[in-house]
Amino acid sequence: MPAVKGEGMRGLAVFISDIRNCKSKEAEIKRINKELANIRSKFKGDKTLDGYQKKKYVCKLLFIFLLGHDIDFGHMEAVNLLSSNKYTEKQIGYLFISVLVSGTSELMKLVIQAIKEDIKARNPIFVCLALQCVANIGSREMAEALVTDIPKLLVSGDTIDSVKQSSALCLLRLLRTNSDLFNMSEWANRVIHLLNDQHMGVVTSATSLIENLVKKNAEDFKGCVPLAISRLSRIVTSSYTDLQDYTYYFVPAPWLSVKLLRLLQNYPPPDDPSLRVRLPECLETILNKAQEPPKSKKIQHSNAKNAVLFEAISLIIHMDNDPNLLVRACTQLGQFLQHRETNLRYLALESMCLLATSEFSHEAVKTHQETVISALKTERDVSVRQRAVDLLYAMCDRTNAQEIVAEMLAYLETADYSIREEMVLKVAILAEKYAVDYTWFVDTILNLIRVAGDYVSEEVWYRVIQIVINRDDVQGYAAKTVFEALQAPACHENMVKVGGYILGEFGNLIAGDPRSSPLVQFQLLHSKFHLCSPATRGLLLSTYVKFINLFPEIKPQIQEVFRSNNQVRNADVELQQRAIEYLQLTSVTSTDVLATVLEEMPAFPERESSILAKLKKKKPTAVKEEGEKPKTMPTAQVNSGATPDANVNVEPVASLFQTDPPSQAPAAPAATSDDLLGLSTPVATSAPPNALNNGGPPASAVLLDIFGDPTPAPPTSNNVGAGVVDEEHFNKFICKNSGVIFENNLLQVGMKSEYRQNLARVTLFYGNKTTTTFAAFLTEVSYPGDLKERLSVQLKDVDPTIEGGSQKQQILNSECISEFTIAPVLSFEFINNGAPQAFRVKLPLTVNKFLTPAVMNSEDFFNRWKSLSSPGQECQKIFKAQHPMDTETIKLKLLGFCLGVLDGVDPNPVNFVCASILHTRNQQIGCLVRLEPNNQAQMYRLTARCSKDSVSQTICDLLETQL
Amino acid sequence: MMQFMLLFSRQGKLRLQKWYEAHPDKVKKKITRELITTILSRKPKMCSFIEWKDMKIVYKRYASLYFCCCVERDDNELLTLEIIHRYVELLDKYFGSVCELDIIFNFEKAYFMLDELLLGGEVQETSKKNVLKAIAAQDLLQEEEKDLYLQNDILSLLAPPW
Repeated sequence: MPAVKGEGMRGLAVFISDIRNCKSKEAEIKRINKELANIRSKFKGDKTLDGYQKKKYVCKLLFIFLLGHDIDFGHMEAVNLLSSNKYTEKQIGYLFISVLVSGTSELMKLVIQAIKEDIKARNPIFVCLALQCVANIGSREMAEALVTDIPKLLVSGDTIDSVKQSSALCLLRLLRTNSDLFNMSEWANRVIHLLNDQHMGVVTSATSLIENLVKKNAEDFKGCVPLAISRLSRIVTSSYTDLQDYTYYFVPAPWLSVKLLRLLQNYPPPDDPSLRVRLPECLETILNKAQEPPKSKKIQHSNAKNAVLFEAISLIIHMDNDPNLLVRACTQLGQFLQHRETNLRYLALESMCLLATSEFSHEAVKTHQETVISALKTERDVSVRQRAVDLLYAMCDRTNAQEIVAEMLAYLETADYSIREEMVLKVAILAEKYAVDYTWFVDTILNLIRVAGDYVSEEVWYRVIQIVINRDDVQGYAAKTVFEALQAPACHENMVKVGGYILGEFGNLIAGDPRSSPLVQFQLLHSKFHLCSPATRGLLLSTYVKFINLFPEIKPQIQEVFRSNNQVRNADVELQQRAIEYLQLTSVTSTDVLATVLEEMPAFPERESSILAKLKKKKPTAVKEEGEKPKTMPTAQVNSGATPDANVNVEPVASLFQTDPPSQAPAAPAATSDDLLGLSTPVATSAPPNALNNGGPPASAVLLDIFGDPTPAPPTSNNVGAGVVDEEHFNKFICKNSGVIFENNLLQVGMKSEYRQNLARVTLFYGNKTTTTFAAFLTEVSYPGDLKERLSVQLKDVDPTIEGGSQKQQILNSECISEFTIAPVLSFEFINNGAPQAFRVKLPLTVNKFLTPAVMNSEDFFNRWKSLSSPGQECQKIFKAQHPMDTETIKLKLLGFCLGVLDGVDPNPVNFVCASILHTRNQQIGCLVRLEPNNQAQMYRLTARCSKDSVSQTICDLLETQL
Repeated sequence: MMQFMLLFSRQGKLRLQKWYEAHPDKVKKKITRELITTILSRKPKMCSFIEWKDMKIVYKRYASLYFCCCVERDDNELLTLEIIHRYVELLDKYFGSVCELDIIFNFEKAYFMLDELLLGGEVQETSKKNVLKAIAAQDLLQEEEKDLYLQNDILSLLAPPW
């Protein structure tokens, strides 16, 4: 047993040794249970324990808990320790509470009482102990109890330094979760001036606090900028002996420097003439110092120095106004690209990614292309290779696209499985974005499929088809290339899909060559048929029917295939149906009708690349640096749905199928007959693409999937309970808080909800509509997808019996942890008349409920609007009004959506601009919304910009359903 | 802001955990298991930073112990490494050539020291002197009681791990 420092607890040390000597898990559990029983009996015993014993037992419980066992007693004893006058007893009490007691515990009142006492204590060590406990728990109740004490402690002249440090960070912790309670603006001036404090520790703590305050209210705290710059300047020009113990391995105050540099990244470059000189001077000094020979060989010295350097470069990139500094930063990072420290290579690649997006340093970054490519090939750590891929992607432009894409393709052959999919997306995007001629694009994508077919997602091969269909200059080339690619003895199924689709549309363009005559094309495709999955076989059958239209001369051979037992009796209903329908279609219709039905697909509307959307979804940060915006549609009409010809094309087919119903196996959903030739297109686009309601594929996928995906979309079935999730009433609740969420002949469920910041309190009313009793009434909430990490829902108990004709209530508390898109599902079951009943309903808890309206003037609004301009932060939708476009109604809806409607902000009075703050446990997200109604066209343009990516999309999706 | 700090042994045993964001116990256990497995499977020369969810993991090995911190995306990785180092230095100074066993047997002290260095996930005091002064002041307040001096048989954490 090693030494136990300070006042040892022998019993504890013995217990720990015992545990360590246990030979097996079982022995350990046995020893722990024995100890728990012992402690329990001591706590329950008649003999009053003295403080030392209490402390020892509480400490043992803590140790047991930290071993990973559950502890369900001892909390009261720990709270008792808080009022001990012995410091060590108090300290153990606080430690136990910080580790084991949750902010919602009923003991919290007593804990807060003790904290309030200790904060008033004369000995600063006691004050710090209490503050540390507050910072560790940080519950709302604590914040409410200490809302004035802590800011006072922070700025009071009597407070000693260590208490100031603790109170700054304690306040920061409380502000993170309960910022609404504090009005920090009144303290602004005094808090800012902590940056001038003599004590470096106080300045370090205060800087963290100020950065948080600045993020919420940059205006009130902007006075911190000159103070921060002058403090920074003093540090960077000081020698390492000046700051004594705040110098870390010859680097003066690295933590404070980094914090100050971070703080400054919250503001635009300063306007003040003297600051405009001083700040770049500071940054230049940092760059210079990084170039000086090292004062120590220790890694700590280099890490601390480079930490400051990287943070300075982040600020340089943030300001993005000094070409000289940007290029210098790039040069210095370039030296790290071949450094022997893996960490530095990693960080340099990461930081350069950002430099590549600045117009001033983009070219400078490009000079390192060779080094980055070699990193891709030689780095031993996959996370570093990943950074190299990211950087190549970021530095790519028209001049080097061909080379970078070629390198990435070559690397793909051996790339790690974990990064292949993302690389494929990136290659596909670069190929499309910088395609000078589309034959290169087609070649690249087909190469992708060849090299990494398994990682080519649907979006990628959809996209190549989309582009080939829209560009007639590339169609012949595409047909020829896929035909050649299909010659390979083993080709990837994705290649068969692309090949099948393209030849079905444009096979005629190469049919003149006897080597690729219609029959050869057909036989080539059909030779792959038996190797493919049912989905691809379905696609090939559609290709064949299109061949009948393109090449009437091979109709008999194709009909032969349709007619074969393998098809018409195929166990796969979808394939069987296609074969039979296509056979009928080609047998009974005239050539004219056939030509109309099977006509070449119309061009797809221009839209954002589906691949880009996928990459954004996969890795929001990766796309942020998009320099050029992808092609988006400029006008409303593009958005409004499918092209007219698609409708015309398809109508006769539908009626034809209806008059001549094929022998359908019962399992075939009726909708598949629509799907066959893409009838779902108009449906999918005219319905609002509501992420909440629409479990199906995104509209873009449906549009592309002209031949229909024969495998029906899998139902989202990660919910418990039986039956379908009822969501009939769901949309009605997006803008209101009470009403009926579910009703059938047995039961009516009502809901009333209140929201405050990130918290929701919902009352559910279960009304029994029958005359008989519901027994064993049980409710449960389930979370689809990753919702559980984003939203917490606590159901209070509900009475298990509901008499006929009566109503029971249930309270539900919920907290928004981070932004979310899916709604939780409430399932309830009960027994009525001996029959078990179970229902599920989508709970209308939507993310907008956690918005709190914000007020700001026109200038503020547009400044913030402009600052939220990176592509991920904005979402725009143009759509047709589904409801009357009455100004007052719209306004009520926006208010009901919890948006703060700002009057007189938008120059055009018809438009609405709104601002709100989305409160989540983790952070606050600013949301700005602009709604532009066009009464003539009965259309809206809705734009949302949020400080966090993905929130804009959700807000737009939700709001769209309401307008 | 730091989200949490974990100390675990080469055998994957958790020695200390400090959470600066509230999570249910179940989630904590899951995260801990996941990270211990990930980090133990990495080779010595690999990068000390791992992208994890929308966060970053920064870790470093000292003798038989791994120190692992989870920080936010825009936090400074290199300086997080140095927070770990400063913590190790403090432990080393306090215990005198600290080893894994010191942390096991004096886990409460390890927590107290961490609370002086970091508070609410932010650096509170970077001066080694000041932290040790604060801890010494705490020790002064302790009642008189004889220490148990027992032998110390494990390598120092500050010695290189290989």
